[in-house]
Amino acid sequence: MKARSDRLLVWSRGPDGRRLAGFTFGALILALITGPEGLEGNPTYGVIHSWLRPRVIAFIAAGVIAWFLSTFWVRNRDRWRPAVRETWQGAIEPFSDRRVRWGSYVGLIAAAALLPQVISGTWQEITVDQIGTYVLLALGLNVVVGFAGLLDLGYIAFYLIGAYSAAYWTGVLPVHPPIVLNPFWVLPLAVLAAMAAGVILGTPTLRLRGDYLAIVTLGFGEIIQIVANTLGSVTGGAQGVIGIKRFSINVFGIHYKFPVGAQANVPYYYLLLVFVIVALVVFHLLENSRVGRAWTAIREDEVAAEACGINPLKYKIMAFAIGASTSGFAGVLFASKIGFIDPTEFSVQMSILVLILVVFGGMGSLPGALIGAAFLQWGQNFLRTSNYSWYNEQDLYVYFGALVIVMMIFRPQGIIPSRRRSREIGLAEQGIGTADALAPPGSPP
Amino acid sequence: MSEASTVAPNEDLIVSVSEVTLRFGGVTSLSDVSLDQRRGEILSVIGPNGAGKTSLFNCLTGVYEPQEGSIQFCGDPHREPVEVIGRRPNRVSRLGIARTFQTSRLFNALTTFENVKIGVESRQHTGPIGAVLRLPRTRREERESDQRTLELLEFVGLRAQANTLSSALAFGDQRRLEIARALGTEPSLLLLDEPAAGANQSEKAELERVIRRVNSELGISVLLIEHDMRLVMSIAERVVVLNFGEVIATGTPATVQRDKRVIEAYLGTTEDEEAG
Repeated sequence: MKARSDRLLVWSRGPDGRRLAGFTFGALILALITGPEGLEGNPTYGVIHSWLRPRVIAFIAAGVIAWFLSTFWVRNRDRWRPAVRETWQGAIEPFSDRRVRWGSYVGLIAAAALLPQVISGTWQEITVDQIGTYVLLALGLNVVVGFAGLLDLGYIAFYLIGAYSAAYWTGVLPVHPPIVLNPFWVLPLAVLAAMAAGVILGTPTLRLRGDYLAIVTLGFGEIIQIVANTLGSVTGGAQGVIGIKRFSINVFGIHYKFPVGAQANVPYYYLLLVFVIVALVVFHLLENSRVGRAWTAIREDEVAAEACGINPLKYKIMAFAIGASTSGFAGVLFASKIGFIDPTEFSVQMSILVLILVVFGGMGSLPGALIGAAFLQWGQNFLRTSNYSWYNEQDLYVYFGALVIVMMIFRPQGIIPSRRRSREIGLAEQGIGTADALAPPGSPP
Repeated sequence: MSEASTVAPNEDLIVSVSEVTLRFGGVTSLSDVSLDQRRGEILSVIGPNGAGKTSLFNCLTGVYEPQEGSIQFCGDPHREPVEVIGRRPNRVSRLGIARTFQTSRLFNALTTFENVKIGVESRQHTGPIGAVLRLPRTRREERESDQRTLELLEFVGLRAQANTLSSALAFGDQRRLEIARALGTEPSLLLLDEPAAGANQSEKAELERVIRRVNSELGISVLLIEHDMRLVMSIAERVVVLNFGEVIATGTPATVQRDKRVIEAYLGTTEDEEAG
């Protein structure tokens, strides 16, 4: 009996036991913060109703299952990794053939084009407002965070600039534009405005290293939102603005006005699809060009990059401006689709959300940003619309937080990592270089 | 002593450092350092640890900005010399000064080929618009840089490892890769910061061969920091000795070796001990 309890003690202090304790503790914390709130007259209400109710069993069970899976993986990963890699190599082998690759692209685009025909109206709306828009946002942020390694926490500010540009140029803000434009013409103007904001913000701050940029962009995001909220005579203030014009096409005898409300989902879906494809192609070309290599060089070792004749400031501003203009572009689409915007939609939390999408998918990886954003946004909306008793929408970020923590422990490179990024992480684990783009590069030699 | 370290004024100099003083707070890292390098020369800077050799390199490449003095660089003999101090490292690289680092600073997650290509591309002009539209100039530059990269890898003997990760290369190969990357920026002056540190005998021999070829075949002047005296003596035409941030001797390897102050600096004897 004694020996047995000793063994248990030893086990509980070992890696498996500690991991089990960690997962159980995490599950209990999750159960507590996603449970009911405490009351003023009864402060223990929240604790009692989250821990002393059957609900907690589900959380602990989930924790134990997660522990079991992770232990299973940790024990076997060295044995499985070659097999997994081999299977993966075998699976992607046919794609090295140009025809197969292009065929699969065409197939994917065709599937995406058919998608709105097979889903319900609710999901059409979710696909446009929640998935498509965020995929575009994630692709843009991926250039800043993933390619250039700059932590931008105020990304949504540029989205706001795009949305309010749409409102301004279609003449619905309290201040009136010189001419009222079709949103199609607003797109380049909004892109320029967002890009200019990015350059103005970036030029002084991108000289700084690492954390400072995150702090400055965080502040910038807040300032922009507060300005939109309080400068009522220009922006319409907290009530927001309504009646932003829809896109319309008036060329070569074609007169088509994008419809309003539920009818708008499908046309906007196709519009977004086109822009997402364009963004993918553009960013892919950039990544594999002189510009993309310069970004990688700066991210890996800024001192060496400078010694190789690369102007870090120039390329950082470029990445920042490209990200900002993508965000502004998405802002115009969103504002014109919904027709109504108010400042609360552009909170810092949304910047964080887009960052989570990019980190989850894999920083610096285009398929990662695409699929990561689509999957998380789909999951979030699936949970919201399914009305599970255990899921409460206001706890969303608690689950996102838990997800990011687990990702950082087990798969820091994201679900579909970029080749370069995962190499960096692999090398950092062996103590070569810094994988963390956010860590300051080594001081000059 | 600084007068002795400069050569006759009418000679063709690639770089002329005059009276450079670099301080960090109260610490003087370089004090009144002057040295001249002739075009096409292999000049070596030696000195004990902490003598200011790497600081001098950092001043020459724009990483540090010395408080006093002037560094005149003349990459093209038909042009006027230009001041290096006050330019950012990327501008200095554009002028034609390339360097390697004391501890390799390769782009570890990139392949050997990509490392050199980044250096080669510093002389190109493709911007984001060209890259996205795949303009004819972009395609031509891409072909040219691929070609040039392969030539440079051939030159340093790394062609076979073109697709190896730079961090997976053997130590000596990494040093030569750094040289190839620096050569990619089309320098007229190459600064090598202890290229042979930690290398074994055969790696050193290979490095020596590469440095000689850089100098003789490509006509690039080489400024070399090195602790390996055998290598310095065999390769350098002249040697500058730094100690505590000051130039204490300049001359041919043989003269410098016999210099009393140099021997003192290396043996660490002080004036007091000598007097006593």
